[in-house]
Amino acid sequence: MMGSENHVPNDVMETLPLNNHQTPTPDPPSSPSFFFFDITVSSPQKDLDPANSLLPGTNTYVTYLITSRTNLPDFRPHEFCVRRRFRDVVTLSDRLSESYRGFFIPPRPDKSFVDSQVMRNQDFVEQRRIALEKYLRRLAAHPVISKSDELRVFLQVQGKLPLLATTDVASRMLDGAVRLPKQLLGDGPAMAPHEVVQPAKGGRDLLRLFKELKQSVANDWGSSKPPFIEEDKGFLEKKELTQDLELQLSNVSQQAEALVKAQQDIGETMGELGLAFIKLTKFENEEAVFNAQRVRAADMKTLANATVKASRFYRELNLHTMKHLDTLHEYLGLTMAIRSAFVDRSNALLTVQTLLSELSALQSRSEKLEAASSKIFGGDKARIRKIEELKETIRVTEDAKYIAIREYERIKENNRLELERFDAERRADFLNMLKGFVVNQVGYAEKITDVWGKVAEETSCYARQRTTVEKVASV
Amino acid sequence: MASSRGPQSPRSPHPSLSLASSQPYLSVSVTDPVKMGTGVQAYISYRVITKTNMPQYQGSEKIVIRRYSDFVWLYDRLFEKYKGIFIPPLPEKSAVEKFRFSAEFIEMRRRALDVFVNRIASHQELRQSEDLRTFLQVDEEVMERIRSYETGLFKKKPADLIQIFKDVQSKVSDVVLGKEKPVEESSEDYEKLKHYIFELENHLAEAQKQAYRLVKRHRELGSSLSDFGKAVKLLGACEGDNLGKAFSELGAKSEAVSLKLQKEAHELLMNFEEPLKDYVRAVQSIKATIAERAAAFKQQCELAETIKLKEINLDKLMLTRSDRVREAELEYKELKRESEEATERFEMIVRLMNEEIERFQEQKTLDMGIAFHEFAKGQARLATAVADAWRSLLPKLEACSTT
Repeated sequence: MMGSENHVPNDVMETLPLNNHQTPTPDPPSSPSFFFFDITVSSPQKDLDPANSLLPGTNTYVTYLITSRTNLPDFRPHEFCVRRRFRDVVTLSDRLSESYRGFFIPPRPDKSFVDSQVMRNQDFVEQRRIALEKYLRRLAAHPVISKSDELRVFLQVQGKLPLLATTDVASRMLDGAVRLPKQLLGDGPAMAPHEVVQPAKGGRDLLRLFKELKQSVANDWGSSKPPFIEEDKGFLEKKELTQDLELQLSNVSQQAEALVKAQQDIGETMGELGLAFIKLTKFENEEAVFNAQRVRAADMKTLANATVKASRFYRELNLHTMKHLDTLHEYLGLTMAIRSAFVDRSNALLTVQTLLSELSALQSRSEKLEAASSKIFGGDKARIRKIEELKETIRVTEDAKYIAIREYERIKENNRLELERFDAERRADFLNMLKGFVVNQVGYAEKITDVWGKVAEETSCYARQRTTVEKVASV
Repeated sequence: MASSRGPQSPRSPHPSLSLASSQPYLSVSVTDPVKMGTGVQAYISYRVITKTNMPQYQGSEKIVIRRYSDFVWLYDRLFEKYKGIFIPPLPEKSAVEKFRFSAEFIEMRRRALDVFVNRIASHQELRQSEDLRTFLQVDEEVMERIRSYETGLFKKKPADLIQIFKDVQSKVSDVVLGKEKPVEESSEDYEKLKHYIFELENHLAEAQKQAYRLVKRHRELGSSLSDFGKAVKLLGACEGDNLGKAFSELGAKSEAVSLKLQKEAHELLMNFEEPLKDYVRAVQSIKATIAERAAAFKQQCELAETIKLKEINLDKLMLTRSDRVREAELEYKELKRESEEATERFEMIVRLMNEEIERFQEQKTLDMGIAFHEFAKGQARLATAVADAWRSLLPKLEACSTT
């Protein structure tokens, strides 16, 4: 697992003044290691898009400078940077989701509701920059994806991003398994069977989509039991647990936001109160006619100073709280990635089942034809040719089936490994979060106690007066 | 024990001590708020218990039932009679309908009314008031009769008050420039006092506003911690195992801390925000007294003017040996007497105010000192409780991560 160099241990009471230029970044998975992979996104710049220069307003776009530093052996040199625009990020994201089906791939910017909520007060370009940085850091923290070609190319290759905007091979070719025989018989460009196994996409994949839809309906209503495997009970349980987790996380995430706001507010109001008393102090001192006023002004000053101090502590505490509770938002965002990975698996299974159905249909047709032709003595040339065509189709479909099954198994394994990793990291990160949160609360509460304790002592003469009086103006 | 401030002691000496020394004492309690009536007519009645050894009172103990408007009557009567004295302020008249019968509002009002009556009872001059005796002793029905009869007669019309305030705010410079006739005191001390009181109200109002907001923030923080705690507990149930337990513990602690915050919010309201509000009211009461002073001064000036004119007229009449001389002489004598009275009234107000302002400053330093002390104590208490609560979680969290 990657550890970022910026990671400050959470169990150390942090009294660093907060640097406003530092965006709070998520701490990547907690286990420390020798390798680091640091990515920073900065210097947004406007550039002109020659392709669109005819239409006003659409001819500029923003590029961001992406600087990387790592000691992973996969990357040479160890420091490099590149300029990319947002469109490139979308491409990267699409490529990754195709190449790494079954993995929990962090959702890209503009796809994460959580991120957009947390950042909604920034201006747009800054929002993008922060989101981009978070996204790339998450990718860099993933044990498998950090070493992917796609990421490496994105981060290192200068100039135009050499990744295809969309493969959509399945639909560019002729719609997957449905048209396979036609392709093989020379109707269109050849398509490798492995490309068949890409999930059906919209648009030109309509036919395949309908086939698979029909199959999934058939599955759901149980009319034709796929002769292949049944859904893994363990998996279904996991799926439900993950859904539940997502629900609860969403709830906690929301309440955490509210908590952070409430802490911010109390700090601010304390500050305003302190300010009001400072003004009063100044006023009484300037206008003092009686000594009682000077005494009161001095008391007010003591109170005002303490109030301002306490206000600062509340606000400092809140900055730390925000950082800690950010872990919740991070993991909530990750549940989206999990859902995607589970969908990858379902799609793969659906493809397998569709192919099985196809195969079974083809085989029964072939059998019928054979039975019919055997009745005719000497054989029917046309029919015999048909049977041979069919048998060829069946062979190709069988190949596709084996590949589809392999793909399905691969995705299942990816799911499993990722779930293990997710569980382990989640436990560690959440425990750290809880500890950090609690330690901070304790630390600042102690500081605040000190501040007020001193004031209580300095004003204790008034307490003594109060207790000797029978009927107090209950103030 | 009793404060050695001299005759203007704001505190009633303990009854038992006074019995022995036969020092006059007058001690009042406003207690037992009870909702009476229904619907729009509903109101709160209070039990007012008086303990005294003063001879003007019938008996050593008396219990009567009073409502807010009765207190208002008392204030108005005292304000009329004791010009120059800062009459202790009343809590606000109306509240937002929703809160009029909330437990918190009723309690705060009860306390404020209790303070009000006791301040009167401790004031050397005010405690002698006949109206006070009436208020503390007559039956409910009698009180109601008195109140509704006299309220109409003696209440100053709002228009008059506004006019007086307008005068009070005009500056010396206007007089110097001859912009208007000098019906305003022009002494430096008076100007200074006026400016001080008006400015003070602004500053205090701001402080009180922030104090009230701070109370609200405590409640909001408490509420959000409680919601957070609940959500965290649910997450814990979902997680299970050690982590789940850790979450559950955290959730429980959040809820506990939330309660502490709610409690402290209440203390803050009673012991810090209310005293500040009381301070603001007191300053507003002083403004009303300043208005009275200005009115008295104006009257004195106007009478002086009138007398001058009458003198001139009288001389004229005497010269012409008019048969209206007698009449005019009598009128003149009458005016002279009135003028002397007006001057006396004004000068008494000035004298009283000077005494009052000194006492007021001392009293407020004491009141604020106590309020600040309570504020600091409360915040320290809260922070300690919060630290303790969270700290108790740490060993459990440690245990979770090692297993």
